[in-house]
Amino acid sequence: MLVASVGNVLVWAVWIGAAFACLASGAAVVSFSNPFYSALALIGNLGSLAVLYLLLSAEFVAAAQVLVYAGAVMVMFLFVIAYIGPRIESPWMGGPGWQAIGAVLAAGALLVEIIVVIGLKASGRLSHSERIGTAFGSPAQVGRLFLNDHLLAFEITSIVLLVAAIGGVILGAHSRSAADEVPPL
Amino acid sequence: MNGPGVAWYLAVAGFLFGTGSLGVLLRRNPLIVLLSLEIMLNGANLALIGFSRNLGDGGGQIFALAVMAVAASEVVVGLGLIVALNRKRVTLDVDRLNTLRG
Repeated sequence: MLVASVGNVLVWAVWIGAAFACLASGAAVVSFSNPFYSALALIGNLGSLAVLYLLLSAEFVAAAQVLVYAGAVMVMFLFVIAYIGPRIESPWMGGPGWQAIGAVLAAGALLVEIIVVIGLKASGRLSHSERIGTAFGSPAQVGRLFLNDHLLAFEITSIVLLVAAIGGVILGAHSRSAADEVPPL
Repeated sequence: MNGPGVAWYLAVAGFLFGTGSLGVLLRRNPLIVLLSLEIMLNGANLALIGFSRNLGDGGGQIFALAVMAVAASEVVVGLGLIVALNRKRVTLDVDRLNTLRG
């Protein structure tokens, strides 16, 4: 009994730390004016999200998050930011003031909408959670689900990645030939 | 289930989505718009995984992995566009990028 309550307090403590780190780094990504700092804050955001995934017993997704997002995708981001260099600084925001007010109102409306929909549709069923075995979220179970139940989604995902890779190559090749024509400033 | 219930995770996911949408709507640097999009996708992923744990169904985790793959493709195309704009010496400002012609 005592051990169980100590474990509960520990999980709560880890959850509070990860959730606050997650929300704070999310706000930092939006508010930094230099995209380099924003990208670094997003790495923190992804790391704390991986902790939340671990608390939800999604071990494989947490590992994939760290490897794919915080590893590959963010390195690509940082390379592009370094490649573009000092031209990257643009005004924090701008345009007419009504645009900013409208943006804040629209984002707030989205948040309220999410809360209302989830509260109306699922509030009764959120209080109790299903019992799960130790295999839940393990690589073996994820692999079995991917290759048995969701094989079509798996294959479509690979086609999407292939199309994106071709698109990236075409965009890069096009911009290279354009750069030969335009003299550098 | 030890620790906070799934409602707490959903609250974090909702606030992440709201933060990301605020960044997409407010900021004008296309790189930060892409980063804010990642925050929105991660909020959706957190909700998927929370519901997956709550219902004891692994399908939500599969969906989250598919969302990750789509996000990676989106980043590839978005960064390719930004590099192409940079080669064309166009100002990196989403309010100025209102024509598709080079």
